[in-house]
Amino acid sequence: MAYRLGVDVGGTFTDLLLIHEETGKTWRDKVPSTPQDPSIAVVNGTKAITATAGIAPSEITQFLHGTTVATNAVLEGKGAKTGLIVTNGYRQILQVARSLVPGGLAAWIVWPKPEPLAALENTVEVSGRLDGQGHEVSPVDAAQVRQALENLKGQGLEALTICLMNSYLDGRHELEIASIARDIFPDIPVSLSHEILPEMQEYERALTSVANSLVRPVMAMYVSNLRRELRALGMAGRMNLLRSDGGLMGSEKAENAPVNLLMSGPAGGVTGALWVSRKAKLDNILTLDVGGTSTDVALIENGAPRLRRETSVGHLTVRASSLDVKTVGAGGGSIAHVPELTGALRVGPESAGAVPGPACYGKGGEHPTVTDAHVVLGNLPGALLGGSFKLDRDAATQAVQTIADALSVTLEEAAQGIIDIANENIYGALRLVSVQQGYDPRDFALMGFGGAGSLHSNAVGKLMGSYPVIIPVSPGVLCATGDATTQMRYEHARSFNKGISKTSDAEVAKWLAEMKEIVHRELEDEGVARNDQIVTFEAGVRYMGQGFEVDMELALPDFEAGIGTAVLKDAFDAEHKRLFTFNLDVEHEIVNLRAVALGQGAEMPASALADGNSDPSAAVVSDHEMWVEGEKCPAKIYDRTKLRAGNNVPGPCIVCEMDSTAVILPGHVGTVDAFGNIHINPVNAA
Amino acid sequence: MPAQIIETNTAAFNAVDINTITLDIIENALRNAREEMDATLFRTAMSPGIREQGDAFPLIADRRGKMIVGQFGSFLDGFLNGYEGTIEAGDMVWLSDPYSCEGAVSHNNDWLIILPIFREGRLTAWACMFGHMTDIGGKVPGSLPTDALSVFEEGIRIPPIKIYKKGELQEDILKLVLHQTRMPEWCRADLHAIIASCRVAEKRIHEICERFGDDFLASATDELLERNKRAMGHLINTAVSESKVSFEDYICDDGRGHGPYKIKCTMWRTGEKVILDFDGTDPQAMGSINFYLNENMLKMFFGIYMVMVFDPQVMFNDGFYDLVDVRIPQGSLLKPDFPAALSCRTHALGRIFDVLGALLGQGQPEFLNAAGFSSSPHLMFSGHHEDTGEWFQLFQIGFGGIPGRPWGDGADGHSLWPGFTNVPNEFLERYFPMRITEYTSLADSGGAGQNRGGNGILMTYEFLNAGIISIHDDRWFTYPWGVNGGEPGSRSRKILRKGDGSEVILPSKCDNIHVEKGDQLDYITWGGGGWGNPLKRDASLVALEVARGLVSVEAASTLYGVVLNTDGSVDIKATETKRASKVDTDKTREIFNFGPDINELRANAIAETGLAAPIAPKW
Repeated sequence: MAYRLGVDVGGTFTDLLLIHEETGKTWRDKVPSTPQDPSIAVVNGTKAITATAGIAPSEITQFLHGTTVATNAVLEGKGAKTGLIVTNGYRQILQVARSLVPGGLAAWIVWPKPEPLAALENTVEVSGRLDGQGHEVSPVDAAQVRQALENLKGQGLEALTICLMNSYLDGRHELEIASIARDIFPDIPVSLSHEILPEMQEYERALTSVANSLVRPVMAMYVSNLRRELRALGMAGRMNLLRSDGGLMGSEKAENAPVNLLMSGPAGGVTGALWVSRKAKLDNILTLDVGGTSTDVALIENGAPRLRRETSVGHLTVRASSLDVKTVGAGGGSIAHVPELTGALRVGPESAGAVPGPACYGKGGEHPTVTDAHVVLGNLPGALLGGSFKLDRDAATQAVQTIADALSVTLEEAAQGIIDIANENIYGALRLVSVQQGYDPRDFALMGFGGAGSLHSNAVGKLMGSYPVIIPVSPGVLCATGDATTQMRYEHARSFNKGISKTSDAEVAKWLAEMKEIVHRELEDEGVARNDQIVTFEAGVRYMGQGFEVDMELALPDFEAGIGTAVLKDAFDAEHKRLFTFNLDVEHEIVNLRAVALGQGAEMPASALADGNSDPSAAVVSDHEMWVEGEKCPAKIYDRTKLRAGNNVPGPCIVCEMDSTAVILPGHVGTVDAFGNIHINPVNAA
Repeated sequence: MPAQIIETNTAAFNAVDINTITLDIIENALRNAREEMDATLFRTAMSPGIREQGDAFPLIADRRGKMIVGQFGSFLDGFLNGYEGTIEAGDMVWLSDPYSCEGAVSHNNDWLIILPIFREGRLTAWACMFGHMTDIGGKVPGSLPTDALSVFEEGIRIPPIKIYKKGELQEDILKLVLHQTRMPEWCRADLHAIIASCRVAEKRIHEICERFGDDFLASATDELLERNKRAMGHLINTAVSESKVSFEDYICDDGRGHGPYKIKCTMWRTGEKVILDFDGTDPQAMGSINFYLNENMLKMFFGIYMVMVFDPQVMFNDGFYDLVDVRIPQGSLLKPDFPAALSCRTHALGRIFDVLGALLGQGQPEFLNAAGFSSSPHLMFSGHHEDTGEWFQLFQIGFGGIPGRPWGDGADGHSLWPGFTNVPNEFLERYFPMRITEYTSLADSGGAGQNRGGNGILMTYEFLNAGIISIHDDRWFTYPWGVNGGEPGSRSRKILRKGDGSEVILPSKCDNIHVEKGDQLDYITWGGGGWGNPLKRDASLVALEVARGLVSVEAASTLYGVVLNTDGSVDIKATETKRASKVDTDKTREIFNFGPDINELRANAIAETGLAAPIAPKW
């Protein structure tokens, strides 16, 4: 029996989804995260879910994992102390950066001067120089390098980065220096820029490589601990981690190049939402992943998320591909407070996190959080996680009352205010990916997920006019669904930098064939049989002299048949004209070549729901009371597992399931589709 | 006679009510269109000046020519006033002559494309973009002769002409113009890139109109302008006093050995209006440092500065123009008479920002920034490759120190210009016969202060091929001033080291300097002024910056009063003593610290800079 296990570690909960590969049967679970060592929760969850499913951990053939370990290390400034080794004359490469002050005219007046990612006092210059064509100008002087590195001893470095001028053309000096560095610093990882990012532009290469070093020790420790623990459980399957670009990579590779995982967690949500949207036949979706400490939003247009050639975490932007996800510090655990000075109500960015958590969790938290406000308003039932997690209503009331007192309003008004402000913050993030990119949110459906997404999605959808609001199946483990259903991916790129007249179809064909072999082997190493792989090729092409290239698809047979460059020229001219309205009578330059191998994802069949009629009353658990817009309304609680396809669920109500609770507002109705997704629309439009 | 706009549909736009959400969407869609203009340009242009350094400026204006998004403000007024001819659907205007458009562009190298956007016979909006061409012919490579006496020496001058007439590209005109430049391929690609970026904006305007309706766009842009006027009116009322404040600063020399030249501006408010009066500015220079300053452009500079200094939340557009009155004396450095040379106007353009900052901050020193890196120095390097005989030509912009600010230290080796970045040295080394052997900010070049001025840059070029270079820089003679007790930043320098080991100090502005293979040039820019008393700077931060190589041990002691132990840590006791003794001897400081006065600078010029002092200009 073959099983896949998807695991997503969030700030508050660790979510798990187990899939039986042949039948598509799924189990899900949720355990509290353990931020000190996130692997504890992963292991606990794995034990729990395999017990529930009645299988042995050894039956798991693939362990698929999205992690925010690297992300958090960057956000919390807890990355490794990194030494940087650069070419003579370039010690200030990160200090001077690209000289760019972001923003418009005069933005420098208010721009906070950034600190370089590797401190200047930990940056040393070394001998050895290549020229701009990759030829050696001067060799590495081992004695000088040794001396320079000795000077870094005693600085307490936890990682080293080597980035030399022109190393994207030839990494030999970096390799030479790395061997000396490993000799002097045998216990810390060394990242080489020509391996992390073999591209021209010394600053971007240095920054990306330093970012890799920054998160490498923490990721290595995490991944190796996790591997050991899971192996100890008997889990013999492959461990794959989700990259920021939504593809999977083997855990050993992830340890060495964690810069590709900085947005691993959010990528899981987007890939999960994609899976749901394909089933629900929706092309345009705004995603809203509300967790305990933060909210991630993304835009999916025509069934494809936006992919960027860079990754941004907090203020750090590096050259590694990622799905375009924006994050704000507003989540279920965000703490409400009233600063004395202004007397205004603020929510977040401080969060109660998983420990102690919101007051209603009864774990010693006293600060009023967004979740406590939901409890006060009746948006949450008396207990979560299928009844196993009781909510302390009195504690929530007490906490929110402190806000009511500070504002001199009623308890419910204070609670509503907290929710409104949280929604406004979330709305702001959604505007960044929609309105500010020129998209009209009214053309998009809104899918809320994560622990608290479905508590907010109806209200936020109403603010933005984004309908239907989708409550996906298993919203609480959607990220884990994404982890479990996405594909293995391996990409190999090489600089080519030749005019088309200076190369030949045969030469390109030879390169492509070599690259094809490399990506095939990489995925084979990851356990994907060659027959199950799809390999595609791309070339970055431009008119000689331009600074940016257009990515063009290539077909290897064209080059084998001797028509590849001719086809490419025409295709590029057509694309350039389409994109930019003109062509130039200038030689075409092939800047780089890329081969991408994709494994097959688990085509997890969505289980269809039994048909019912429009009447959902069979799923009613109990009558309930909710506060909506300052009034107490009679409402109902529904059990989601009892809803049937075709049911129309009228608001106001809450719909409960094991790992999530959804709110449907008055004046709205939720229609259950064939797979169990709920589509919420205003009553008059439904 | 102003331009005549031909509309086949003369129906007025209907005013419509627009809710806030729709208004926000339209504003953001326009802003996004502007960013797409940039992206299109950078992706398709060829000259590093445009595609790496961002020396190009987009604009989308409403039907009346008022800028809705962009950053230099609308110059369409100037063009429309000066253009004798018709504008109709399918036309696209190209120009580069500053005298033909009231300084909409300010030297011949900036090629401006103006695209009127018509819908169903009505003028609906404008898209414009100008970018700096690496070469437009004339007496020196780069077309910015430091010693020019008239605009006729500064390359081809393009009056407003139609590059597209009713949709038809005028190939012959293009051919004629490109024939004049040393870099026709770059100019052709860059011009096409500029045109393409305007076409992107045109497409987006059509989409917005199709989505919301033409009347909506018209009403939305009216409302966006009005919204800005309200916000700025409020800001002007609270931030600008009715009593006059003045400030003077200098351009060091005119490239012909005369200088310094004074720029003076006086600011006051009358009712709701601000007056910016440049009376007292020196007459125009004989050389090419004159800056034909467009009044509307200055309004925008002023508006943006005010917003940034006092309230960065305000969004800006042309809406507030009626609230600002700019007066520039004819025949002055800032409004020279035709045919005064203009090519090297970058120094005066930059200095305007120091002047504006000083004017706005004078009344409220807590908002005052020190003098910044107020120019964009250039290096040109050109020649024929020794092996292939092919022509190469590089135009590169340098960077320096951001000033000390109320907000904190200034960044080291950064740009005061929006969107400007350095060219990666790996790019230079791959495509040009040169190697960059040193690229660093220079310790102590930023003015000492509680908030330190950013350091200037030392960039050492090793030339791998013979050729000629030109240099354009300033602030080699006067200092970038410090404020509120901060010290001035250090001045700029250029040193050429020949193969035989000899050194030559090069003038701040020079052309036709021959370099041989193996020669090295130290290109040193100036630092930003310091903000606040350096004795108040955190001593441990001073020690850290010494360890980082950003401040020297000597400067730590003499300027910051921080004494270091041999291990680099702060000697707390000695530091306290030293700082106490300095405070006692320190006389009350002025708001501005300009360094020595002009006479003293003259007397010490040779000794301190290696260059003779400029001769005082006579008129």
